[in-house]
Amino acid sequence: MNDVIIFSFISLSAIGIAAAVILYFIAQKFKVIEDPKIDLVADALPGANCGGCGFPGCRNFAEACVKTGKNQGNIDGLNCPVGGGETMSSVAAILGFEVTEADPLIAVVRCSGTKTNAPKKVNYDGPETCSFAHSLSSGESGCPYGCLGLGDCVKACAFDAIFINDETGLPEVNEKCVACGACVDACPRNIIELRKKGKKDRRIFVSCINKEKGAPAKKNCAVACIGCGKCVKTCPFEAITLENNLAYIDFEKCKLCRKCVEVCPTNAIHELNFPPRKPKPEKAVSENKPEPKTIADKTETEAKVLKINKEGN
Amino acid sequence: MKTFKLGGVHPAENKLSESQPIEILQLPKKVFIPLAQNLGAPSVAVVKRGDEVKVGQLIAKAEAFICSNVHSSVSGKVTKIDNFITQTGYKTSTIHIDVAGDIWDESIDTSPEIKHEIKLSKDEIVQKIKEMGIVGMGGAAFPTHVKLMPPPGKKAEFLIINGVECEPYLTSDHRIMLEKSEELLIGVSVLMKGLDVKKALIGIENNKTDAIRILSELAVQYDGISVYPLKIKYPQGGEKQLIKALVNREVPSGKLPIEVGCVVNNVGTAFAVYEAVQKNKPLIERVVSVTGKTLAKPSNLLVRVGTQISELIDKAGGIPQGTGKVVGGGPMMGKALVSIEAPIVKGSSGILVFDEKEEKRLEPQNCIRCARCITACPMGLEPVLLAQYSENEMFDLAEENSIMDCMECGSCHYTCPANRPLLDYIRVGKNKVGQIIRNRGKA
Repeated sequence: MNDVIIFSFISLSAIGIAAAVILYFIAQKFKVIEDPKIDLVADALPGANCGGCGFPGCRNFAEACVKTGKNQGNIDGLNCPVGGGETMSSVAAILGFEVTEADPLIAVVRCSGTKTNAPKKVNYDGPETCSFAHSLSSGESGCPYGCLGLGDCVKACAFDAIFINDETGLPEVNEKCVACGACVDACPRNIIELRKKGKKDRRIFVSCINKEKGAPAKKNCAVACIGCGKCVKTCPFEAITLENNLAYIDFEKCKLCRKCVEVCPTNAIHELNFPPRKPKPEKAVSENKPEPKTIADKTETEAKVLKINKEGN
Repeated sequence: MKTFKLGGVHPAENKLSESQPIEILQLPKKVFIPLAQNLGAPSVAVVKRGDEVKVGQLIAKAEAFICSNVHSSVSGKVTKIDNFITQTGYKTSTIHIDVAGDIWDESIDTSPEIKHEIKLSKDEIVQKIKEMGIVGMGGAAFPTHVKLMPPPGKKAEFLIINGVECEPYLTSDHRIMLEKSEELLIGVSVLMKGLDVKKALIGIENNKTDAIRILSELAVQYDGISVYPLKIKYPQGGEKQLIKALVNREVPSGKLPIEVGCVVNNVGTAFAVYEAVQKNKPLIERVVSVTGKTLAKPSNLLVRVGTQISELIDKAGGIPQGTGKVVGGGPMMGKALVSIEAPIVKGSSGILVFDEKEEKRLEPQNCIRCARCITACPMGLEPVLLAQYSENEMFDLAEENSIMDCMECGSCHYTCPANRPLLDYIRVGKNKVGQIIRNRGKA
């Protein structure tokens, strides 16, 4: 009896010791050496895992920070849009770099096809998703580039920063926006763009992406960019380019002088958060919005009350 | 009497224009001929602004394999090649022609006599069909010459001619079968020769007894052509359903009919093939049913390609008061039009006008799990599941459950007692899953 106990005790101990030795060497061989800084950086990040930085999650971003920091000696190309400059400077402090603060960005909706500017010609009563409505038809206003207003961007936003304004039918971005770019990817028409937030939140942008020629663009929407090129000629900083009948303002070059806003004949260029201009009596006429009413009247007669939907029952 | 086994529904037939003979629509003042009229790649314009064209002259050439030639449907002057609205509201490159007179190209045989003798060889027939820009006239507009060139290793056994016209309201195929029976049968013989098959089966639903009678009487004179009456059931006109009904074979998921040795063509296509091969006439006009309960005069019109839809509706008595929706195609599979300024294309089979009451969708309610949609699905899918997966963006599961096999016939949507927009969501899912599959191919 005793023999059996002693034998099993010894044999089991021998197996245990042998396994421990093998495991030790294997662990040495396959050891993963992780920079402890990764954990520190990951802790400094907001932990939203939103993907706005271009990496799947915050930890991956932390890894990338440490890796590029080692390779390049700086982390210039990387930015956490949610945490902004503050987070990035603490990340830089952990890694021992000076940080150059990136300009904060914000999502901008480049469409002004409100219910008055781009009146409905047809009704859509299908599923409430932009991507589907986009594949089915040109939309209720007839503008093949304009916002469909069904809220794919709102569904995509994890920060509650974009919502549809019921009055205009267009999405609006509020100050909660962290420029993660989820709405940009969700929009089937690429209407939303990330642009520089600007000093004191001042921004100037072309609020239209219609690439049609002037006349057809104007037919669907009173405030469409008609590609007249006046802004391009006016801009003293060569910040505006005209391509495919559409003006685009480069926010890196734009100095927010607001000259383009003044010359735009359709009010397609928007300025945000600027103090009101000094009233200029002779300009007052041209600054009035072009009367959408006449256009609305005309299109209503053309609209033959058609609906876009698939007939099912 | 034969029919397909799985699923199917019986919508009210409403064939209002059934007894209206085909009328020729007066020449329009202007036509708008889109370059992309077929499934596949758009054609490339070969005329330019200011060119004088004749009826039947080639104006856009097919450059890709799945692509078809486009010919001028009128004589006159090309005013511009510019974007023009299509039936979806999007604009595509379109040739605008101002009509002047009606001068036909000399090579086209415009005499009324019927040519019986088929002179061309197999390859010449396929070449001719390609040259004349023939596409499937049932709606999808798939280039016909591609169907006649089976991939290597595959051999067609049967040519199936689709005279089912299971869509309610539409009657254009029915009228072709009645009025152009002989031409149609010659067209079928031409297709048989082009495909090198010995047997052709014409399937016609039993609500068109006059067409069945006329064609069966005439078919005796033609080798290998037989006419089969079919039980009435929607969607019997679907390729896969028709094959199942006529030859009892099942096309595997994601495969083409040639996999089971069948090639399916519409009666309208067969008639167009007759005109192309025997009369040298390109596909420049087609029969379109303009119908609807409120229309003053539902009709079947022979229309030049590129005519604006509004002209057809005017001919049928104009847009009635209280119109809620105009649909391009039939009520089950057609799409509501965004603009009636859009032109008729090769694939337009019908224009349907609904009044406000008819077009109204009923309020969707909760699913009561009655499984009627599953019973109705002719493809053996589970529409309720697919719709839920799409609604909740579970596209991987949707793909696993063969969402791409859905042919969008709308039977599930039609049969749902809770008025759930099942097909809408399935379409959303198909759209997304299709995107995912394409991206996977690229990666």
